[in-house]
Amino acid sequence: MANTTDTFFGQGDPPRAGAPMNASEIQAWFVREVLPLEATLMQYLKRVRHNRADVDDLCQEVYVRVCEAALLETPRSARAFVFTIARNLVIDEMRREQIVPIDAVADLEALNVAADAPLADRSLIGREDLRRLQTALDELPPRCREAVVMRKIQGIPRREIAARMNIAEKTVARHITEGICALANALYGDTRRRP
Amino acid sequence: MNAQQIRAQAGAWVERRDTGALSESEQAEFDAWLAASMSHRVAYWRADAAWASADRIKILDSEKPESAARKALPGAIKAAAVFVLMAALAAGAALYSRAPADRTYATPLGGNETVSFADGTKIELNTDTLIRARMTTNERTIWLDHGEAYFQVKHNSARPFTVMVAGHRITDLGTKFLVTADAGKLQVALVQGRARIDTADKWMAQHSALLKPGDVVLATTDSMSRTRENTSELATQLSWRRGLLVFHRTPLAQAAYQINRYNREKVRIADAALNDLPISGTLSATDPDQFARVLENIFGLKAQRTRGEIVISH
Repeated sequence: MANTTDTFFGQGDPPRAGAPMNASEIQAWFVREVLPLEATLMQYLKRVRHNRADVDDLCQEVYVRVCEAALLETPRSARAFVFTIARNLVIDEMRREQIVPIDAVADLEALNVAADAPLADRSLIGREDLRRLQTALDELPPRCREAVVMRKIQGIPRREIAARMNIAEKTVARHITEGICALANALYGDTRRRP
Repeated sequence: MNAQQIRAQAGAWVERRDTGALSESEQAEFDAWLAASMSHRVAYWRADAAWASADRIKILDSEKPESAARKALPGAIKAAAVFVLMAALAAGAALYSRAPADRTYATPLGGNETVSFADGTKIELNTDTLIRARMTTNERTIWLDHGEAYFQVKHNSARPFTVMVAGHRITDLGTKFLVTADAGKLQVALVQGRARIDTADKWMAQHSALLKPGDVVLATTDSMSRTRENTSELATQLSWRRGLLVFHRTPLAQAAYQINRYNREKVRIADAALNDLPISGTLSATDPDQFARVLENIFGLKAQRTRGEIVISH
């Protein structure tokens, strides 16, 4: 990551707030400021969509809108920005379907508050991140976990992993891809949904 | 393409780039994929960042002492919840289990109460409802003076159960049914079992009908009509038992009428053009302010709160 400076809402302004960002600045900003909000965002979106795939779709749509808007103007507060966009998306969906789950409405109120609350201490989040990653790694299917551990922790090249596991390189790639997706969900998503 | 598919593609590109340098054609393919949409880019950034973060697992080996303590917690919470629930049920039973004969039960506006009788019969009273009960060894008679009640009757042929509403008589034949009395009108909806309804019209002629599940009878002082509803529609009508109102493409005026049955603070639709606006959703019966907020937030209407009234307009 290019930029490791932590810029929290309410604790100093992000660089050049108001000015447009270029593509690589957006990537750094998205990873640093937006992705850590995913767990809260997912919980919010789960109020309107109970199906996991639909929640993922909505989350992805929020990211797209957030980044497209950030191309035009750097938001002062990523948190307020993300949740305003999520709220509008949810309202659009509800209006389209004319379905109003009771707790979603209640939550719209709560969100206005959440958007103003300062973020928790980043060092605590870091420790929690590691625990999530470790848990996600432990929960991968055995062959997939084996491939990910060799690649990520032992730094073994793909060709050699294939030879050791006696499988095609393509299969190793598939295992690792699955591992990457699971780790991303564990790190950013709402892992509490797991039994 | 849905998010999961896009994220899988993004994961595959992260894997591919992590493996080593891309060939010229692979690089072109990757660039084109990234450029194709913002959706691809955010998915890629997310997967790439997660995979980079996973480097830190190397530092952390096997640190899982907390997971056991975490798992123990939900069980403890569950046990407490069950205990509270049972205590509440016990209190309810103590209050109602020995209801004497000829007693009056009433709920205020917005109220919702269940009366349990010694024979196992349960009557749930909706908002603003008044019933009188006479329970003797050879008869069980309930007068529904006004309001709405849901009856779950323990059938006993030696001790018939009848509900009297404005001269009409409903006789239970082993049933669950809903009775609404509103300004001389009586509505009976049969949910389960069978019942008979005898109505006396103003010429003193007797009409009698045997009801089956799904039957809804509407009787006034001089007419009686019967319709059939499917069971999900009946379940919607009974949602007040959970403190909720369920609307499914209900015209706004009717939804307002429904919620006003439960609350002192009334919702008034000031603009007649809004009367037919279809509303869907599940709302608390006793929170007109929430109803107003939904109309504001979701439908973009204006809600003006004045003394004892919420006025809805464009």
